[in-house]
Amino acid sequence: MKAGVLTFPGSNCDHDLVTALQKEYKADVELLWHTAPFETNHDIYFVPGGFSYGDYLRTGALAAQSKSMDSLRQAAAKGKPIIGICNGFQILCEAKLLPGALIRNTNLQHICEWSGLAGDGDWKGAFPAGYALPISHGEGNFICSDDELEDIKQNGQALLRYTNNPNGAMFDIAGLASKNKRVIGLMPHPERALAEQPDARVSHARYGRLFFEKIFALAAV
Amino acid sequence: MKQFTATATVRFKKSVLEPQGKAIQLSLAEKGSHEFSLVRVGKYIEVELEAESLEAAKQKMDKIAGDMLFNDVMETCEIHVNEKAK
Repeated sequence: MKAGVLTFPGSNCDHDLVTALQKEYKADVELLWHTAPFETNHDIYFVPGGFSYGDYLRTGALAAQSKSMDSLRQAAAKGKPIIGICNGFQILCEAKLLPGALIRNTNLQHICEWSGLAGDGDWKGAFPAGYALPISHGEGNFICSDDELEDIKQNGQALLRYTNNPNGAMFDIAGLASKNKRVIGLMPHPERALAEQPDARVSHARYGRLFFEKIFALAAV
Repeated sequence: MKQFTATATVRFKKSVLEPQGKAIQLSLAEKGSHEFSLVRVGKYIEVELEAESLEAAKQKMDKIAGDMLFNDVMETCEIHVNEKAK
């Protein structure tokens, strides 16, 4: 499997992803720097977490204007799977590859914890009870228009929902798919949940794997 | 080509949480100033640009505002363009 990981000034989870994909999944990974367009010949694309452009203007806003994002739009038009994690989710929303936007958490704090999640929409029942992934963000509060939310519900696009909404997100949305289900953004960090955890409550299932299995199934189609 | 100055005032929609304004309001209230019932912080963006005409300058500003300066999911944007005094 050939994976492309987009990188911007201020990305800081790009190497976590590269290590996860190479070590755990033996993927052929290419880092794609923001200043250059790229050939859309990868099987799957990831937009990693971090603080691209220092979160200037709005989170993800300046990264969404990058040359590499023009190529990513071409990849999206071809139906290639595209996964945005945390800041990557914010970038995909700003690039209009996903509906809505992510604003400050309602408690105004950066939240860093394991967050309970449930599959919904097309992923209903995909994860076991008690499923959780780590989150770490200040702007994870998903908002969109009422019409967009209605579409999201109707089309089963809210793939991951918080079981105990930590940030105020509409409809408890933690992970969201595009209408054609090929572009997915999520606030949790599955790439940080692949190793055995010291906390026994979260170590037994190595929860990130369940997420990546769902994602790689998209790449195989 | 003529020179223009432009400003874009970006405001959060009323329905959207605006934490900086809330923090300022709470800080004022802590000091005993309870008459400030609402504070909202937005962005004021100054731009200098070249264009053939005032109309062309406005179009250019509208374009970058829609593409980049504000996000209509959560914000509104008001643009003013003036020809630069020589």
